[in-house]
Amino acid sequence: MSETILFYLFAGVAVVASALVIGQRNPMYSIMLLIASFGALSGLYIQLDAPFVAMAQVIVYAGAIMVLFLFVVMLLNAPQEDAAEWDRAHPMRRPGVGRFGALLAGLLIVQLVWALIRATDTSAAVGARGDVAAISSVRSVGRVLFTDYSFAFEATSVLILVAMVGAVLLAAREPGR
Amino acid sequence: MDQATLRFVVQLVIIGFTFFMLINASALLVLAERKIMGFMQQRYGPYLVGPHGILQPLADILKLLFKEELRPKDADKWLFTLAPMISVTAAFAAFAAVPWGAETTFFGLLDTPVKLGVADVNVAVLVVFAITSMGVYGIVLAGWSSNSKYSLLGGLRSSAQMISYELAYATALASVIMLAGSLSLREVVDAQAGYWGGFIPRWYLFLQPVGFIIYIIAGVAETNRAPFDFPEAEQELVAGYNTEYSSVRFALFPQAEYINMTTMSAVATDLYLGGWHGPLLERWGLGWVWFLIKVGIILFAYIWVRWTVPRYRYDQLMQFGWKWLFPASVLNLIVTAAAILYFNV
Repeated sequence: MSETILFYLFAGVAVVASALVIGQRNPMYSIMLLIASFGALSGLYIQLDAPFVAMAQVIVYAGAIMVLFLFVVMLLNAPQEDAAEWDRAHPMRRPGVGRFGALLAGLLIVQLVWALIRATDTSAAVGARGDVAAISSVRSVGRVLFTDYSFAFEATSVLILVAMVGAVLLAAREPGR
Repeated sequence: MDQATLRFVVQLVIIGFTFFMLINASALLVLAERKIMGFMQQRYGPYLVGPHGILQPLADILKLLFKEELRPKDADKWLFTLAPMISVTAAFAAFAAVPWGAETTFFGLLDTPVKLGVADVNVAVLVVFAITSMGVYGIVLAGWSSNSKYSLLGGLRSSAQMISYELAYATALASVIMLAGSLSLREVVDAQAGYWGGFIPRWYLFLQPVGFIIYIIAGVAETNRAPFDFPEAEQELVAGYNTEYSSVRFALFPQAEYINMTTMSAVATDLYLGGWHGPLLERWGLGWVWFLIKVGIILFAYIWVRWTVPRYRYDQLMQFGWKWLFPASVLNLIVTAAAILYFNV
């Protein structure tokens, strides 16, 4: 019973906070709401008996990445988006961009619905392989990450390295050239 | 009273006691800081309130309680109020995962022993790390929402500092976790029980001296203490992120800072100094006294450093964090991993 109440509490906070993130004019509020949403997600992970994933969610997303976001927003010092200029001249306001965005959103909804319909109940399979806590423990996550999925793991780190090199290149470019 | 009720009451008492100790830790640390500073500068420190000035923290709190709460006209109303709350909540919550004593039956009062500590989590190290990293939002938001340039600079510095030092901090933690083979602080402490050759305690301090130093340095930076107290560098930023705060809202920031110091020291004790293990007292079921003594020693070192080492320059801090501390911690991690493989610990 309390599990169900907690689930709806976390799920409700996650959904409402995420919806409010896009509804904010002030980027600072958006960031705070996104952190709340990440926190609620981490609560859901704990309910799924995956404490490691829950803590990684808080440390990596709510902790490190959002501090970076905050840092950037504070450096740009843009408490309010300039609405008038945004409406007039911003390239994101062109009709083509809007249509493309709507198309992507539609695709995402179709995908989500499809996934929900296709999803099978995996609890029986998990039960056959032992208890959930053992499967989601740090030890087994680490083992799978560095054996079965080592290629994906290494590929991701190369991807991040590429992004970093790109950022340095853009930042180091001299204004004259 | 039957055992189940008794157990519940005992658990509640343990939680209440932890909370009480944390609140008092912040008050005691204010006094200790001023007394030790006075000693180091060859003067008495606070001396007027109570015998030898020991009631000074009480007087400070009462004074702050009766001050007027001010909020700058252009400050962001919600975030300005929220910021100190985030700071102090994160500070208290982080300690919830820290165990501070062995299992005990309270001299036969209970059938089965209870664990001393608020919650026994199997990923306690990560919980403490995650919640303390939430605390920075309090400082950053306080700096931004005050709408003052000094506060903003303080908040900015705090976030940059946090990002730079968290990496080294986490990598130092990882080495200890590998040695103990567990993310649970209680299991890490229990792995340090006993002695090498009969007299050297099996503390990870002796296996991880570099890791311990990195942990302490990163801990000082994380709690924004001198010589890394850039977010509130008085000479440059008036008072930094909390310039515009007054009354109780102001009081919450130093309180959060002192509680964070206590948490840092408690985790260092659990990870490197063998927690509640020690001679004699442990045999009498008073191991937690050892824990208090060890935490006290680290806290004294914190204060000692603050009043003897001058503040770094901001760019020196970033350089030190990224170019020395982080590589050192990665090297420490690799050496530890190799040693574990080689000696098959």
